Amino acid sequence: MPGPRWNDSEGARQGAAASQRHAEFSIWVPAFAGMSGFLGEEPPFVRPRRLGRDGLRTTINVNGAARSLDLDPRTTLLDALREHLKLTGAKKGCDHGQCGACTVLVNGVRINSCLSLAVMHDGDEVISIEGVGAVEKLHPVQQAFLKWDAFQCGYCTPGQICSTLGMLAEIEAGVPSQETPPGGKPVLSDAELRERMSGNICRCSAYPQIVAAIKDAAEQMA
Amino acid sequence: MKAFTYERAQSAAAAVKAAAETPGARFIAGGTNLLDLMKLEIEQPQHLIDVGRLPMAAIEDGADGALRIGGAASNSHVAADARVRARYPVLSEAIVAGGSPQLRNKASVAGNLLQRTRCAYFYDTSKPCNKRQPGAGCGALEGLNRNAAIFGASHACIATHTSDMAVALAALDARVETLTPSGEARSFPILELHRLPGERPELETHLIPGELITAVVLPPPPNGGQVYRKVRDRASYAGGLVSVAVVGGQLALGMVALKPWRAAEAEGALAAGATPAEAIAKELDGASPLGRNDFKISLVARLAAAAIGEGRAQ
Repeated sequence: MPGPRWNDSEGARQGAAASQRHAEFSIWVPAFAGMSGFLGEEPPFVRPRRLGRDGLRTTINVNGAARSLDLDPRTTLLDALREHLKLTGAKKGCDHGQCGACTVLVNGVRINSCLSLAVMHDGDEVISIEGVGAVEKLHPVQQAFLKWDAFQCGYCTPGQICSTLGMLAEIEAGVPSQETPPGGKPVLSDAELRERMSGNICRCSAYPQIVAAIKDAAEQMA
Repeated sequence: MKAFTYERAQSAAAAVKAAAETPGARFIAGGTNLLDLMKLEIEQPQHLIDVGRLPMAAIEDGADGALRIGGAASNSHVAADARVRARYPVLSEAIVAGGSPQLRNKASVAGNLLQRTRCAYFYDTSKPCNKRQPGAGCGALEGLNRNAAIFGASHACIATHTSDMAVALAALDARVETLTPSGEARSFPILELHRLPGERPELETHLIPGELITAVVLPPPPNGGQVYRKVRDRASYAGGLVSVAVVGGQLALGMVALKPWRAAEAEGALAAGATPAEAIAKELDGASPLGRNDFKISLVARLAAAAIGEGRAQ
């Protein structure tokens, strides 16, 4: 009985070479380990997932609900919100703390979520724009931004609004700015407001309307 | 960003122990400068030790009229503290002159002191920088060096230290408290924290590797007015071109050297009866501008004289 045609020495050699290739490949991609019949094509190049580290279990209270995630330590708070929790309200503008589009409130304090690691916030309470107001009942700051047309493209707006909330709380708590008279209590003047919002850039330059909206909202909230 | 491992330190003692035992470890508190540099892969720590939650964020009265500020206190917290605003207004004013509110809310006192230079050649990894890559050369020497140092620079590095807070602390004669890797507490004047570049600009402080800044201690304020003045390209949220802190007869300059620059020559002249303009001119006799940053000479002269006058009028 003749043997099967493919079982000649040439075929065996190719098979061996292919197995070796797959053996190397399977070190990085376990799904390929059982695919010994994968012949004739080079496997697609896949970058090894060489994290070499376990994800870190991190629990953050986001907009009132505890959310547990297993995270690569490199994950910023912004990426945890956007990529893992699919809360895409906070925006990635510069990703270096310069534009303020990623501003969220952590334990009531505004920070740049792009310049903070998510694992550093285990146990923290985070409010992103999704946790501010509701579609049926907007927060006074959101309502004022609409009323005063305080945006054009809207990309910076979630950060502007979260920053406003943090800023108003800071004024209430007496946190000074460079516009505050030495030893004096801050008041919501135009100069104070502009200085305190300088960490939020608006590329469309809606600044006059943003100032008007914030002053209007602050009056409503007083 | 390069991969790293992360731990949250349970105590300051555990943090320095972990730092001593783990290769490539760095402390992180606010992370606003370190993470920025890690994203650019200018910083590539293998391990981060989070010290931001350690109980070292308190601001406490000392027995002898001093004020002790924990290393993990946020910049905003310090600037807003009633005792700081009443007794050390120069510190509060300096802090709110730096960064944005979001950054000040996160950045720690210790991290502010250890922030790295904003020299464009340090940040641009396609350009040579002795600080980033020892021996690579300094691109700023013949480059765009408008914001370079006028004091204490070397042929290896002409970068400046960009902290506003540190300038006020230098004028206030603050002391730095640390925990060494062997668990020993030590304390030294803030002027002994940072190094001038010399031949080794990659070495930025006199801290032992793995040493943790636990606090900054302010002595009782001396008599006299306190003023912080900063000049920059934008009205807000921009690094300084030059700054000056006045505390009575004590004077420190910012963004003119790789450390906060205590103007000892000017102080001596003032004490001997010189006018503010004469005194600061004496300090500037020792300056070495490079051409593009010549303007810092006249800017410092005018700013410091005005600030000294303002302090005296208080």
